[in-house]
Amino acid sequence: MLMFAIRRILVSIPVLIGITAILFVMLNVIPGDPVALLMKEHASPEVIARVTAQMHLDDPLWTRYFRFLSGALQGDLGTSIKLNRSVTSLIMKAFPNTLYLAACAAVVSWIIGIPAGILSAVRRDSFIDRFFMGFSLLGVSMPIFWSALLMQYIFALKLKWLPVSGFYGFEYVIMPAIVLGWSSAGVIARLTRSSLLEVMRHDYIRTARAKGLREVGVISGHALKNALIPVVTIMAIQIASLLSGAVITEAIFGIPGVGRISINAIQARDMPLLQGSVLFATVLVILGNLVADILYSILDPRIRSQMGRGKP
Amino acid sequence: MTEKTDNVLSVRDLRTEFRGDRGHVRVLEDISFDVGRGKIVGLVGESGSGKSMTALSLMGLVPKPRGQVTATRMDLDGTDLTRLSQDGLRQLRGRDISMVFQEPMTSLNPVRKVWEQVGEPLAVHQGMKRRAIRARVLEMFEMVGIPDPKARLDAYPHQLSGGLRQRAMIAMGLICEPKLLIADEPTTALDVTTQAQILRLMLDLRDRVGTSIIMITHDLGIIAEMCDEVNVMYAGQIVEQANVFDLFERPSHPYTRGLLASIPKATEKRLSRRMPSIPGMVPNLAKLPGGCRFRPRCGDAMPICMQKDPGLADLGNGHGARCWLHLPHDAHPQGETA
Amino acid sequence: MTVSPDLNVDTVEEIQEASLLRDTMRAFARNRMALLGLVFVALLVFLAIFAPIVSPHDPYRMALDEQFLPPSTTYWLGTDNFGRDVLTRIIYGARISLVVGIVPSLISLIIGTFMGVLSGYIGGKVDFVIMRLADMMIAFPSLLLAMVVMYTLGANLFNIFVALALVGWAGVARVVRSQTLALKEKEFIEAAHANGASRVTIMFRHIFPNVVPTLIVLFSLSIPDAIMWESSLSFLGVGVQPPEASWGLLVSRGKEYLFQAPVVAIAPGVAILLTVLAFNFVGDGLRDALDPSMKD
Repeated sequence: MLMFAIRRILVSIPVLIGITAILFVMLNVIPGDPVALLMKEHASPEVIARVTAQMHLDDPLWTRYFRFLSGALQGDLGTSIKLNRSVTSLIMKAFPNTLYLAACAAVVSWIIGIPAGILSAVRRDSFIDRFFMGFSLLGVSMPIFWSALLMQYIFALKLKWLPVSGFYGFEYVIMPAIVLGWSSAGVIARLTRSSLLEVMRHDYIRTARAKGLREVGVISGHALKNALIPVVTIMAIQIASLLSGAVITEAIFGIPGVGRISINAIQARDMPLLQGSVLFATVLVILGNLVADILYSILDPRIRSQMGRGKP
Repeated sequence: MTEKTDNVLSVRDLRTEFRGDRGHVRVLEDISFDVGRGKIVGLVGESGSGKSMTALSLMGLVPKPRGQVTATRMDLDGTDLTRLSQDGLRQLRGRDISMVFQEPMTSLNPVRKVWEQVGEPLAVHQGMKRRAIRARVLEMFEMVGIPDPKARLDAYPHQLSGGLRQRAMIAMGLICEPKLLIADEPTTALDVTTQAQILRLMLDLRDRVGTSIIMITHDLGIIAEMCDEVNVMYAGQIVEQANVFDLFERPSHPYTRGLLASIPKATEKRLSRRMPSIPGMVPNLAKLPGGCRFRPRCGDAMPICMQKDPGLADLGNGHGARCWLHLPHDAHPQGETA
Repeated sequence: MTVSPDLNVDTVEEIQEASLLRDTMRAFARNRMALLGLVFVALLVFLAIFAPIVSPHDPYRMALDEQFLPPSTTYWLGTDNFGRDVLTRIIYGARISLVVGIVPSLISLIIGTFMGVLSGYIGGKVDFVIMRLADMMIAFPSLLLAMVVMYTLGANLFNIFVALALVGWAGVARVVRSQTLALKEKEFIEAAHANGASRVTIMFRHIFPNVVPTLIVLFSLSIPDAIMWESSLSFLGVGVQPPEASWGLLVSRGKEYLFQAPVVAIAPGVAILLTVLAFNFVGDGLRDALDPSMKD
C-alpha cells in the first residue's frame, strides 16, 4: 500500500518537472521584451536595463529555469510585476476561496450526478433514463459562462433571490457552485450509469439474484461498490475541469480565487503571476490524479493485494 | 414418466420465449422432467441446446420482460412455481432452490469478502445476525472441505484458487439446506484433478444432506459418474430421457448415439481412426428447420422427419426418445401437416 | 471424456455481406437525434458560407441611435449596444465557430494519430517519450494551458488553432496508441510483417486504415469541444478580438447590458448550446454506428 503510494509519487515527479519546463519555455520566449511591455513608453532605457538585471532576464533560458525551479521547490514563485508582491502569498490568499467554490461545486455534482446515474441505469431505456441523460447532455453542452449569466439574470436580477456577484458569505457561493457543479454532474451521471450497467452484466450479479436478494439489495450490496470505483477516479479528472471552470465562474461572479488571479495576470501581462498560478493549478491536478489512484487501490481489493499487503 | 409423490421437482411443458425486435425466439419448448428426492438428474447437450436456460427458467432468473416463461406445471416439493409472484420466486431462491454456476472466477463479487457472500442467503432468508452467519459459514467451509477454513473466511475471491472458489460457491448453494441444487457446469472451468474432487464432494454432500441435484453438463463422463436420470437436450427440447443405465445401454435417439460414439474410449488405440463426430452444427433457434430439429444432421432421416416434429416416444421404464424411429408414423401419411 | 469439439460450436448467426459504409449509414439513419443534429449542422454550414447573402444586416455597421432595440420584424433578435443586429452577428459568429471547430480538431487529429501510431507500433523509448509528453499535456487544466498559449502568442484566431491543437492531440494519441497496440497482435499485421513489409508500410498501409473509423468518431466529438473552448477563451478576452463576432465574445460583451437587453447576451449562448448539442448528437450517432466499443 505504502509502497504503491511511494512508487506512484515517484512516477509523477518527471511529469511535474516536464510540465514546469513546458510552462516556463512557453512563458519566457515571448516575442517582445516583457519589461518594455510593462514599463510602456515612460521608462528610460536605464530603468529598463536595471529592472532587466533585477529579474535576471539577461541570463540564458536554462539558468533562469533552474533558478525558477529551485525557487518553486522552496515555495518561492517570484514577485508579481504589477502588484509587486510575492506570487506565493497572493495565491495562498486566493486559494481557500477557489477551494471553497470547487468543493461546493463538487458536492453539487455528486448529489445530482450519482443518483441520476443510478436511477438511469436501474430504469434503463425508460422515461427517467432518457430524461436524465438528456439533462446531462444539456449540462455538458452548455457553456459555463452562459449558464452563469442565465442564472444571474433569473435569480439575481429578476427574482432578486441571490446576490449577483461578490464573495461575502454562503449565499454568494450558491449560484457559482451550481453552475460549476452542474457542468460536471452530467459527466458523473453518464459515467455512473454506464459503469453500473457494465457491472450489472457480471456473473456475480446473477449469483446475488440466485441467492434471493431483492433487486435493491443486488444493486446496493453487489453492484454499487464496483460501479462507483471508476466514478471515484473521475473525481481526479474533475479537479482539472473544476479548475478550468473556476477561471470562468470566478471571473463572472467576482470571486477572488486563483482563476481570477490568472485572468488578471493575463490582462496585466504579469508573467510571474500567470506562471505561478498556472503552475499551482497544474500541481493540484497532478495531486488529484495521485489521490484518485491511491483511492482506487484502497477501494478495489484486487489491486490492493497486488500492492503487497499479503493474504489474510 | 409416471407421477411419483417422491419428486422434489416436477416440470411439465416448460416453454421459454424471448421477445425481440425481430419477433419471438422460442428457446425452450416442451420441457418435461422430474427430479426424485435425493437424486441427481443430468441435463446434457451442446452449448446453445438450452440446458442453462432451463436452469434459469426454474430459478425465475430469465430476464424480464423480454423473456417469458410458461409451463403447465412446475412443482417444487408442493409449491406451484407457476403461480408464484416475482417476489414469491425470489423468496424461494437461495432457500429452497439454489444454483452453482460455471465460472467460479467471475461468479463471486471481487470486492466483498468470501464469508459475507457465502452467508448472505442466511441474512436474506432467515434474518440471521452477522456473528451467527460467520459461525455457520465456518461450518459450511469445513463441510465442503476448504482447508484452513478460519483463515479463508476473510479472504477476497481473488485470493482463492478456482477449486476453493467453487467449494465456496457450493457452500453458498447449500447453506440454507435447499431442496434442490442446480449445478451449471460446475467443473468445466476447473483443471481435471480439481474437477474430480468437486464431483466427489457433490456426491458426498448429496449422500449426507440429501439435497436433490440437477447436474448441467456437456460431459457424458460426468453424467455416467454422477447421475441417476439423464435428459439429453437438443435445440431447446429434451430429445431423450432415461435412467443412466438405459441411456448408455440403449441410446435410442440418433443424437444421443452420436454423442456416445464421439466419446473416445480408453481401450481404443489412439489415432487408429478419426474420432467420429456429428456433422453440422446446432441450428439457430430463430431459424429452426421444419419438422424434427435434428433432421438436418441425422443419418436416419426419413421423409416424415421433414414434415412433423416427433413427440416423445415411450420406450418403457421411463425411457423416452423424441424420434420417428420409435413412433408409428405410417398413420401419418406424407403431406398431412405442413 | 467430453463431447467432441466439433459439436461445441455456438449457434451460428447468418453473416450478412454488406459494406461497412452502407452499414454505418444505415445505423446512423436509424438514430433520430443524430439525423436531427446533422440537419442542424448542415443548416449552420449553409448560413456560415452564405452569411453576407442570408443575413438581414451588416454585422459591423454601427447605429448609435438604434441601441438596444427590442426584437422586432426588422431586427429579429434586437440590436446591441452599438445598434448592430444581434441575429446578423450570430450568423457571422457561426463562421468563426465552425472554422474553430474543424481546423484545430483536424490538426490535433493529424498530430495525435501520427504520435499514437508511432508510439504504439515502435514501442520502447519512442513510446515512453511520447506517452510521458501526452501525460503532461493531459495534466494541464486545458483552459489554463490554452490561456498561456494565447498570452504568449497573442490573441487572434490563428493562435486559437495552435492552442486548441496543443491541448487536443494528447487525447487522440492515447486512443490511437491503444488501438495500434491491439492491431499489432492481429494476424494480418504479422502476415504483412512476414511478407517483408517495412515498418512504414505496415504503419500507414495496414494499421492506419483500421484506425480510421475511430478517428472519424474522435474528430466529430472534438468539434463541439473546440467550439466550447474557443467561446470560453473569447469570453475571457483571450480569444477572438472585437469587432469580430465570435459567440463567446458576443456573450461577454452582452453581459454588461444583461439587465437592459438580456437577449444580446442570451441569444449567442443559445447558438453555442444548440451547435454543441447538434455536433454531440452527430458524434454519438457516428460512434454508435462505427465503433460501438467506444461507447462511454
